[in-house]
Amino acid sequence: MKTIYADNAATTAMSDAAIRAMMPYLKEVYGNPSSLHTAGQTAKEALERARADIGGCLNADPREIYFTSGGSESDNQAIRSCAENGAVKGKKHIITTAFEHHAVLHTVKKLEKEGFEATYLGVGADGFVTAEQVKNAIRPDTALVTVMYANNEVGTIQPIREIGAVCRQAGVVFHTDAVQAVGHIPVDVKADNIDMLSLSAHKFHGPKGAGALYCRRGLPLKTFIEGGAQERGRRAGTENIGGICAMAEALKEACAGMKENTARLTALRDKIIDGLLKIPHSRLNGGRENRLPANVNMCFEGIEGEGLLLHLDARGICASSGSACTSGSLDPSHVLLALGLPHEIAHGSLRISLSEYNTEEDADAIIKAVPEVVKLLRDMSPVWDELEKGQRKHLIK
Amino acid sequence: MALYSEKVMDHFTNPRNVGKIEDADGIGEVGNAKCGDIMKIYLKIENDVITDVKFNTFGCGSAIASSSMATEMIKGKPLSQALELTNKAVAEALDGLPAHKMHCSVLAEEAIRSAIKDYYDRRGIAYDKSQFPEPHGEEEHNFEED
Repeated sequence: MKTIYADNAATTAMSDAAIRAMMPYLKEVYGNPSSLHTAGQTAKEALERARADIGGCLNADPREIYFTSGGSESDNQAIRSCAENGAVKGKKHIITTAFEHHAVLHTVKKLEKEGFEATYLGVGADGFVTAEQVKNAIRPDTALVTVMYANNEVGTIQPIREIGAVCRQAGVVFHTDAVQAVGHIPVDVKADNIDMLSLSAHKFHGPKGAGALYCRRGLPLKTFIEGGAQERGRRAGTENIGGICAMAEALKEACAGMKENTARLTALRDKIIDGLLKIPHSRLNGGRENRLPANVNMCFEGIEGEGLLLHLDARGICASSGSACTSGSLDPSHVLLALGLPHEIAHGSLRISLSEYNTEEDADAIIKAVPEVVKLLRDMSPVWDELEKGQRKHLIK
Repeated sequence: MALYSEKVMDHFTNPRNVGKIEDADGIGEVGNAKCGDIMKIYLKIENDVITDVKFNTFGCGSAIASSSMATEMIKGKPLSQALELTNKAVAEALDGLPAHKMHCSVLAEEAIRSAIKDYYDRRGIAYDKSQFPEPHGEEEHNFEED
């Protein structure tokens, strides 16, 4: 049975070019970039080339790129750094949204316990914040605004440029978790008025364990991993040189192919959305406009998401869900709840996230399998039985 | 390692006793949709023996597998034996459940108990109330775990 991998928002396969870019640094060019000898300096050159390449893809100066272990570390460092720098000036207020990734939300929650105040902006039924909301939330003591570029579950792309402009005008630092955006949609830190940005290699066919933090020049960045002077003293530890070179290669490749991939993936995405909306009492989560080209997120009434995933997996389809059972807690996805979905609906969600490696046949197989599985689960669901008998009110038309 | 044992996957993929009994002698329902789990058990009872049992479940893989296994374990059994079925026995028969999924086996035990209570109530049969504590459902996660 062929595996159809449709969980690319979780992670992606490495591209051949990225693997090729990584290989030399595992065996041939294994020097430590901090070493003075030729072996070390050759690695150092590769590291700086990667930095320039990544900076180039974001319209950033290479000196504004700091390599980290991934998106979570970048988010943690950016937020905590701004919080600590703000606190010195008596600024202890942070603005974020209700549907950030947990790398952001949990960091902010922890800061709240340490005496900071946080405002969690609502995202509306379609999953968007507005620059107006940000503007109204900014206070004289606001240390940081952090809003994700695109949501990891429902794929909605936020008005980052406008939010950035509002922050710039108010003189507040603006960080964006762009883990789902970089390599998928155009990101330009200058045009988008971004002060800090987090990215992760494995979301665009690079390796796991490599990421970067963009920090605008002139903005102080605190160090949280103490040790050597790597990353200009902002992040100690011998660099993951193979991972970093592969990340740079993957990002260059993603940006070069972006236009073509976006057109093809948007068509595949829309085909799947339209195909699955034919299932009675189903809905698309998150607005259809300003949506990542490869994200589908739907709810099917009367069923629970984990069973859906297991049955799809048995048919060779890898997807994900925001049900409580897949989150390991009793509550379903905080993202779907932030969109205002009732718990019983949020439990029955399915996220399909494509990549350029997916084909038309994959889309057809998904459109065929999902309705079968939904029917199978509805046929044994007491909730569906009550909905059908009119003993329970349909929440999705 | 997979999340679930082969037994769980077998009972999830090919669940036994799925369905409803229109003229059931006892029906039990526990859990709620908000929490993501509802189990409904239908019993057919003759001379204090469970002659047929069906279930409908809204829930995750382990909830469906627990319903399937639990119904298999009480089918053809006298009520006295069905009342002795514990969540632990259901989980063991499934070759174990992940710790955070043990509540699914609790739901199965409670759904069966609730269906038997319903049968007693319908027939006006006296019973020892201590045998039928209020179902905990999902709220308290009060279950036996290894």
